[in-house]
Amino acid sequence: MKSIETFGNKDTRSGFGEGLAELGARNENVVALCADLTGSLKMNAFQDAYPDRFYQVGIAEANMMGMAAGMTIGGKIPFTGTFANFSTGRVYDQIRQSIAYSQKNVKICASHAGLTLGEDGATHQILEDIGMMRMLPNMTVIVPADFNQTKQATIAIADHQGPVYLRFGRPVMPIFVKSDAVFQIGKADIIQEGTDVTIIACGHMVWKSIEAAQLLAAKGISVELINMHTIKPLDEEAILKSVAKTKCIVTAEEHMANGGLGEAVARVLASNTPCPQEFIAVDDSFGESGKPMDLMEKYGLGATHIEAAAQKAMQRRG
Amino acid sequence: MNKEELKSTASQVRRDIVRMVSAVKSGHPGGSLGCADFMTYLYFESMRHNPSHFSMNAKDEDVFYLSNGHISPVWYSVLARSGYFPVSELATFRKISSRLQGHPSTDKNLPGIRMASGSLGQGLSVAIGTAATKKLNNDKSIVYTLHGDGELQEGQIWEAAMYAAGNKVDNLIATIDFNGRQIDGDVDDVLPLGSLKEKWQAFGWDVLEMDGHNFESIHSTLTEAKGKMGQGKPVVIIMKTEMGMGVDFMMGTHKWHGVAPNEEQLKDALGQLKETLGDY
Repeated sequence: MKSIETFGNKDTRSGFGEGLAELGARNENVVALCADLTGSLKMNAFQDAYPDRFYQVGIAEANMMGMAAGMTIGGKIPFTGTFANFSTGRVYDQIRQSIAYSQKNVKICASHAGLTLGEDGATHQILEDIGMMRMLPNMTVIVPADFNQTKQATIAIADHQGPVYLRFGRPVMPIFVKSDAVFQIGKADIIQEGTDVTIIACGHMVWKSIEAAQLLAAKGISVELINMHTIKPLDEEAILKSVAKTKCIVTAEEHMANGGLGEAVARVLASNTPCPQEFIAVDDSFGESGKPMDLMEKYGLGATHIEAAAQKAMQRRG
Repeated sequence: MNKEELKSTASQVRRDIVRMVSAVKSGHPGGSLGCADFMTYLYFESMRHNPSHFSMNAKDEDVFYLSNGHISPVWYSVLARSGYFPVSELATFRKISSRLQGHPSTDKNLPGIRMASGSLGQGLSVAIGTAATKKLNNDKSIVYTLHGDGELQEGQIWEAAMYAAGNKVDNLIATIDFNGRQIDGDVDDVLPLGSLKEKWQAFGWDVLEMDGHNFESIHSTLTEAKGKMGQGKPVVIIMKTEMGMGVDFMMGTHKWHGVAPNEEQLKDALGQLKETLGDY
């Protein structure tokens, strides 16, 4: 494969922080709420520039979600910020009733998702959030791949009418999406076209998949690599068009296999053109403390795991 | 409306309630009947609102949230009777494809409803959010909520209570339907609330008390509450009511919280409630 151009290294949460601050200037209806994690979510720039539109709610996430829903009455566009665990599992019923069922224009912005939260361990490493959010009617679910894309997605969701779950994380990772790229909700990015196997990934796993594609290229295997930044609505056309060529697929996500991107893709395949699929995801397990990339290796989310899965998918296809 | 007109409207609202729940043999008559006087006063006297042109954004309008969504029959009745939608639509309550869902919802676009409720404890947070937006928009109108007393067992209520006092949410009037009963029995037996007045005061709220079946008390208390707007403190009204008020066999017990009367019981109930505005 031709080498992928990179533009330095940053964390996706900082992309959210920059995007939110930019939105503050662009759209006076944007308001932000945070549950005592302003620094962790990189919301300080917005808070400093627009103190009247920033709401510190304290360690009270249920109240934050309800307030955000209520703030839409009168035209505000609330962005809530806390860790992914406290953005979803802790407040599922508040999101379900007051935001999703009530069709409120709230943007749930969730950092420190997945294993790459690292040393804090399993209490904070949510691996079920994509599943919970994609099950909710009316909810859009977005998992951007790098700093630039997280910034672009943050800005884009303000123009989308309806509830959105935006998932990002903590580790510093390579930036490979161009800073002037246009983020389109529900439209997958084809990073590289290929003919032997399709790899569909989201979030930090897109970079891991780029590394895997390079390993596979060295073995003469041509990978079609898709950044599926929007889990819901899913770009079914991109999936079906790709497997029409490759007839086998690997999905990669920093999430439980149950309920995640892989299962969403599997449903599209099963309903249209069934083909061998390998799942790179956490297998029905909680995480644990450790360095982010050590955890990714231990739980089977490394580039070599994706490489092996791609070869297995190709073998199964025959 | 004078006191007699309010009373006769509330009587019709009570007829609507028992007829609605009886027709589908489900729903929550007890709390609905207990709040009929308050809801009648609120919608016909207190709120500044525009029933004939419902606006989700409620610009320069007062907003009401029913946090204890299970008493939807009383809300649907006052909404219809004040002109949000045709009174005849009350006959569709809880029936398939109706806009009048068992618990209030927005997805069927029923005018008058801005937020789903039913899962308890969420309405105070929602109201605080709307109150915050009204301040940002320099909109001087008021946000009202109604809560069950049993609902105060939900933790989110106290998250919201802390926030409202700490952030001077002073364009909000919360009312507690203090009837002392919940599905499983008396609140004091299920999970005692202790001294409600002292609890809310300790959380930093201005606390008023009123008799929820006396229009003079409702009038003077709501007038006082409105006078407290803009003074740096949220206001809560502890409203003493009787669950099942107006139907003798539904009073003095928790047993009619979520049980509908049969045909014979309906006849008995309607015999006690004067038809004043015409049944739907």
